[in-house]
Amino acid sequence: MAMQQNSYRSGPDERGHFGPYGGRYVAETLMPLILSVEEAWNAAKNDPAFWAEFEELAKHYIGRPSPLYFAQKATQHFAKGDKGAKIYFKRDELNHTGAHKINHCIGQVLLAKRMGKTRIIAETGAGQHGVATATVCALFDLPCTIFMGATDVERQAPNVFRMKLLGAEVRPVTSGSSTLKDAMNEAMRDWVTNVHDTYYLIGTVAGPHPFPQMVRDFQSVIGKELRGQMMEAEGRLPDTLVACIGGGSNAMGLFHPFLDEPDVRMIGVEAGGHGVDTDAHAASLTGGRPGILHGMQSYFLQDADGQITEAHSISAGLDYPGIGPEHAWLFDQKRVNYVSVTDQEALDAFQLCAKLEGIIPALEPSHAFAHVAKIAGELPKDHIVVMNLCGRGDKDIFTIADRLGVKI
Amino acid sequence: MTKRIETVFESVKVQGRAALVTFIMANDPDFESSLEVLKGLPGAGADIIELGMPFSDPVADGAVIQLAGQRALKSGGSMKRTLAMAEAFRKENDTTPLILMGYANPLYAYGLEAFARDAAKAGIDGLIVVDLPPEEDHELQKAVQGLGISVIRLVTPTTDEARLPKLLNGAGGFLYYVSIAGVTGAARADLGKITPHISWIKGQTDLPVAIGFGIKTADDAQEMAAIGDAVVVGSSIVQKIAQMDVSAPDASPVLGYVDGLAAALKRSL
Repeated sequence: MAMQQNSYRSGPDERGHFGPYGGRYVAETLMPLILSVEEAWNAAKNDPAFWAEFEELAKHYIGRPSPLYFAQKATQHFAKGDKGAKIYFKRDELNHTGAHKINHCIGQVLLAKRMGKTRIIAETGAGQHGVATATVCALFDLPCTIFMGATDVERQAPNVFRMKLLGAEVRPVTSGSSTLKDAMNEAMRDWVTNVHDTYYLIGTVAGPHPFPQMVRDFQSVIGKELRGQMMEAEGRLPDTLVACIGGGSNAMGLFHPFLDEPDVRMIGVEAGGHGVDTDAHAASLTGGRPGILHGMQSYFLQDADGQITEAHSISAGLDYPGIGPEHAWLFDQKRVNYVSVTDQEALDAFQLCAKLEGIIPALEPSHAFAHVAKIAGELPKDHIVVMNLCGRGDKDIFTIADRLGVKI
Repeated sequence: MTKRIETVFESVKVQGRAALVTFIMANDPDFESSLEVLKGLPGAGADIIELGMPFSDPVADGAVIQLAGQRALKSGGSMKRTLAMAEAFRKENDTTPLILMGYANPLYAYGLEAFARDAAKAGIDGLIVVDLPPEEDHELQKAVQGLGISVIRLVTPTTDEARLPKLLNGAGGFLYYVSIAGVTGAARADLGKITPHISWIKGQTDLPVAIGFGIKTADDAQEMAAIGDAVVVGSSIVQKIAQMDVSAPDASPVLGYVDGLAAALKRSL
């Protein structure tokens, strides 16, 4: 706990902990590798050549910076009388592959190359991280195996096909609840078996140290860009940042550069499923408690005996019973406010965003938009809200059609 | 406090053979059947018993032990019941070391101090917590201090000169040598590769070395016995338990199988 109390940005400590959270809770077989990933990461992050390569690809391959867009119609729509915040979207859905996941995939594949690894594995829920991983593996000519829960393989069929087109092997996982958590279990089993040549390209700010920190540092490009863009657009910092949270990568990328700005309020939106008072949701902070899984100490949905329970969300990308350890710490510190939005609210927000702004958002940021819809009308006119529009919704149209009773 | 682990290793050394360590999952397929197998293991030749603590997400285990955990949880398995099973066993047997093996989350959910106290009361001699490497096991080490429970460390094919001292510092009972990079129940280790590694490790410590993972047959056990102080057999025993008829549980096929393994170790003298 060597973290300085006067900054929210100095974590993790040298043992990979954010307060009590984080750490390296992995099987001994993986420990030497985890330590070598940490060593490689520490060297890379201090190497200007590494970042030059990252930035080159971010600009010309991903298409960064992503635009900061003033959502005028949404602003007008939610305004009530003399109230109504000014709403901006940070448009990471315009990235190559359609979501923010490509940011940390480019970064991690560069690291894997530096480490001399010759095979990449990854887990995926909605398929966005799987597609982004398959994409960078095609670009860097690395064989790639994606673990995906059998349930998700079914509900995200377009992304499964995309991964295959990109040359990845998609392995459906049928153990447990057949969703993201089980895909991660299976990826860890593969990693422990192929520890000599394989890099596990973790898809969020979770897993053992240094992954939560490393993925955060790659995703922080979102918040860093926003800072400059907002200064240009409004001449000041935003008042409120809103992002959806599954594992928490897009939210951490948006929030982290602003954590030490006391006037910037931050809201993380968890997936409330059928409601956090039911047993069908994915809100680990609101409805879970501290525990240990997937290499980290954090908040997890679990029963009294410490058995991890199944998460539920209409959004496959948020359907995970845990959350990144830095979010757990920020939750305890009360620096970030964490709320939840139900499946139905997200579904309504999805349709509203499409009709209002001509943007079809993914179901994940539809959760964030649903929360913006709840708060915008109560905020003053000069209040600036920025929502991370972290993914586009093409992949979700079959799920939405199904929920609306429409046959495509 | 008890010295059951030390006593067993001294005794097999005198006999000039390796110890047989058997793994079963607590509450698999249900409490009564599992307890019957557990009670029968020493008579069938098990020198040390590892009792699995069921967990929903066993990331270091292959399919056989994953399914055992699921059967155990489905029939009401929990940390309380695992400890109750250990206690029932200990009432009848005061000599066979009993090691609990599993994952950290159920221990933390129970509360480490309460867990350590209740485990000691139930007659537990050692703990193997797969996802608590030395970097993260200080809270557990503190909780078991003075209770006569050893924290058993894992050594793996990836353990090198830089890593081993870290593993030995704080290691108790014996070293569990994970003979393959992989999950439980996977392919057998390559003897040619692990033999020099194990002999190097034995040169660095006085703790006995038990070899586990991928040991499925009496022949495998015999071969590993030649280079280790103990061999651990898990998945293939659990596979026999999976075939038990829950409506009329009969432990004898499981115990017969263990008997065959024990006989092989005695033959390999």
